[in-house]
Amino acid sequence: MLKLRSTLLLLLPAVGVIGVFMAIPMLITLVFSFMTANTYGGVTMPLCVDAYVQMLFDQNFDGTLSFVPDYVIIMVRSVYLALATTVLTLLLGFPIAWYIFCQSPARRMLLLTLVTIPFWINTLIRTYCWILLLRDQGLVNDVLEYLRVIDHPLPLLYNQSAILLGLVYTFLPFMVLPIYATLERLDTRIIEAAYDLYVTRWRLFRRVIWPLSRPGVGAGAVLVFAPALGAFLQPDMLGGGKQLLIGSLIEMQFTASRDWPFGSALAIVVTLAVVIALILQGRRSNSGVKA
Amino acid sequence: MSKPTEGGFNWRHAPEFGFFTTLMVLFLYAPLAVLVVYSFNANRLVTIWGGFSLRWFAKVVQNGDIQAAAVTSLIVAAAATLCSVTIAVAAALALARGRLFVGRGAATGLIMMPLVVPEIVVATTTLIFFSTLGMTIGLLNLIIAHTVFCIPFAMLPIQARLQAMGATNEDAARDLYGSEWRIFRRITLPLLMPGIVAGGILAFVSSLDDFLISFMVSGAGNTTLPVYVYGMMRMGVTPEVNAISTILLVISTLLAFCVFIFSRPTAVSGAPAAKRPSLSLSTQEIT
Amino acid sequence: MKIKPRLLATASALLLGLAASLGAAPARAQSAGVLHIYNWTDYTSPDVIAEFTKETGIKVTLDTYDSNETLLAKLKAGGSGYDLVVVSDDFVPIFISQHLIQPINAAQMPNFKNLAPQWQTRAWDPKAAYTVPWQWGTTSFMYDSAIDKDPVNSLGTLFNPPPSLQGNVGMFGSQSEVVDLALIYMGKPLCDANPSDMEALVKLLKGQKPFVKMYDSDGVSDRLAAGEVAMSQVWSGDAVRARLQKPTLRYVYAKEGATGWMDNMAVPVGAPDYQNALKFINFMMDPKNIATETNFAGYQNAVPASAKYITPSIATSPEFNPPKDLKVVFTMACPAQATKDYDRVWTLLRQ
Repeated sequence: MLKLRSTLLLLLPAVGVIGVFMAIPMLITLVFSFMTANTYGGVTMPLCVDAYVQMLFDQNFDGTLSFVPDYVIIMVRSVYLALATTVLTLLLGFPIAWYIFCQSPARRMLLLTLVTIPFWINTLIRTYCWILLLRDQGLVNDVLEYLRVIDHPLPLLYNQSAILLGLVYTFLPFMVLPIYATLERLDTRIIEAAYDLYVTRWRLFRRVIWPLSRPGVGAGAVLVFAPALGAFLQPDMLGGGKQLLIGSLIEMQFTASRDWPFGSALAIVVTLAVVIALILQGRRSNSGVKA
Repeated sequence: MSKPTEGGFNWRHAPEFGFFTTLMVLFLYAPLAVLVVYSFNANRLVTIWGGFSLRWFAKVVQNGDIQAAAVTSLIVAAAATLCSVTIAVAAALALARGRLFVGRGAATGLIMMPLVVPEIVVATTTLIFFSTLGMTIGLLNLIIAHTVFCIPFAMLPIQARLQAMGATNEDAARDLYGSEWRIFRRITLPLLMPGIVAGGILAFVSSLDDFLISFMVSGAGNTTLPVYVYGMMRMGVTPEVNAISTILLVISTLLAFCVFIFSRPTAVSGAPAAKRPSLSLSTQEIT
Repeated sequence: MKIKPRLLATASALLLGLAASLGAAPARAQSAGVLHIYNWTDYTSPDVIAEFTKETGIKVTLDTYDSNETLLAKLKAGGSGYDLVVVSDDFVPIFISQHLIQPINAAQMPNFKNLAPQWQTRAWDPKAAYTVPWQWGTTSFMYDSAIDKDPVNSLGTLFNPPPSLQGNVGMFGSQSEVVDLALIYMGKPLCDANPSDMEALVKLLKGQKPFVKMYDSDGVSDRLAAGEVAMSQVWSGDAVRARLQKPTLRYVYAKEGATGWMDNMAVPVGAPDYQNALKFINFMMDPKNIATETNFAGYQNAVPASAKYITPSIATSPEFNPPKDLKVVFTMACPAQATKDYDRVWTLLRQ
């Protein structure tokens, strides 16, 4: 255990930097969510809760209020996609992390860098390239048609699966790297001991590897879920803009719709939801793994 | 490392995982292959092949703006990564090993906040905050804003690593009257390296990629590459963007190669390998 | 540890680079001749900038944004340091009312007389007190005549696609552009907020949605040329590019009309180099200079005398020369109720 003074000193930069440069903007957001929208962007007095009301009850064209499920639908759809992304990146990323762990240290570094180099290139550009690959006249369809596997192009783009593909592609290293970092510490003698006791691979995973890698998995899950929830690039580009997700909706409020209070209110709700999920996950993992 | 144990069984040998990983690597590189190929496209329209040409690379060499944007991006990302990793290591240590009775949850929550809040909100309110304070210190504004969101990216792998590591080694060293700094330098830091590297990579990549916060917070003369590229969207993305991405790809590969060379003999395999006995021990040999 | 010296070296190199760039930026800003232009990417001809620097000795920096909306959000949130911005016509009144751009009294500038008379008094800035035209164009739609062989002269083809084009239609991803064109088709005025009109609008757009492949304003000429869409809403300049790649594409001047838009140069409040900005604006009203810009970006300009300097392939293209009787309806900034309504329409459409 570190002394209290050292602890506080170590914690200070992080808390200080984020406290000032993040918490204060968040406070501004909270205040904005209770103000009225200025027609051309920005906020004015008076204070009101219109923004929060708007999430459930919107004004019709003739001025009457009615319950609209639209925003709730958008929220649910976004959460579903973010969860799906997290699960998929876990399913795909864990074997990769495991394979890297099984290599010699030299080869590990090589593989790690191999896995991360693509992410130096801007997401927008890589998403554009996915469009080049997946669209009707794209490489994938061209190859499949050439091999006569299909006769019409497959609609691979502009639907929810394309969005999911884009999200998984973007967030894969955010799952692989934390899991690898945790696995790397694994004491291989345990594994060998388990094999000496004639364990099957599945049991090895379930009883030994999975519990020990939980911290990494938890970290990866957070690193994937939170940004995926707010993503707007992949939904807009790969999904054809036909279905709104919460990230695009909030972005719209600060730009085209010029309704900063509503955007702020949505942001607060999203933040609260993720924070609660994080706290629950934190409680579970604290009472769980005792490495 | 693939030395078989008694009986010829090597649990590390996992060809199906290897095959799967190869598939995944192909998946990761597929758009990049397209990117590189089209950067040699003679046609202006990105999507129709018009013959082999180097004209876009020539344009990049002449285009001071795109170069400046790329350089700004790299500088900001490097600075933000350095700062955020340092801060993240300190914070992770404090949270995992520190003597704190209250406030741990709150501190963690606060530090994770930049990850959780939608980016447009962070971007706009950060700008409002900066301009209210009258902070217009050029690149430093950007670096601060980037450091803020890089900290959680850096911290999560480090925290995961710390948790998996356990404090036994450090406690043992303390019993031997090691000073805190020495313990950190000789034991914690080397053991933590994979987490730090992972966190650093994530932070760097996030910073390099960031658009919204960079757009809002940057001042005149500080356009970053993503902002430049997004601004192109209205007029159409030209293969110039592909060309500069190819150049960036080459640079990143070279850098990765350098990192690979200078981390080979030490940190990753140093302390842990020395600590662990030979990997070919079986239970018979121990007893 | 072996790493340490090299880590230190890298770290110091980075810090040095950082210090250098920090030092460079303020130094540039304080010297007498600088101009910070803020525009869309690829929308300012490098030749124009080079010519300006040659003539005046003023150094130019160029930063970029991706839409009027994000520019508005940024300036409103306090972004600063820019001397010249380029704002679309429907946003000019907004910027003026929010005190984000300052008066330049362009009518007093020497080159102002070069502007065509109809552009000297524009609806969004009648006395040219705040802005000067940059480039303008029309927004309509383009289709592949190899797929739909019938003559097309109405927006009805876009909003009620024939079977040959169904499923291969592209629309813009911006609410104002889509709503404006739809209102023109319906024959209603822009910024209409009549509830029954709004219901009809939603019905029209929702009816079109099953046949639309994507709502995206970017890369339209790419898509048309590659055949990814057979018909799409498009800007006139983009249409030229697409047609040069695929000659069977045709830009339609519909009988109901087309949206017109014009981008304008303006000077933000708090610009550090006000005089230099004015010099640049005057410079851009010279026929030769604005012709260079048109040749670069491919959109029309407001200076008739520049016509002789424009490259023939652009000058004679149909997209560049709308018919005299075309009903061009310029975009407008809508009041609060209309904006809220269009918001609702857009959310309902994309939900």
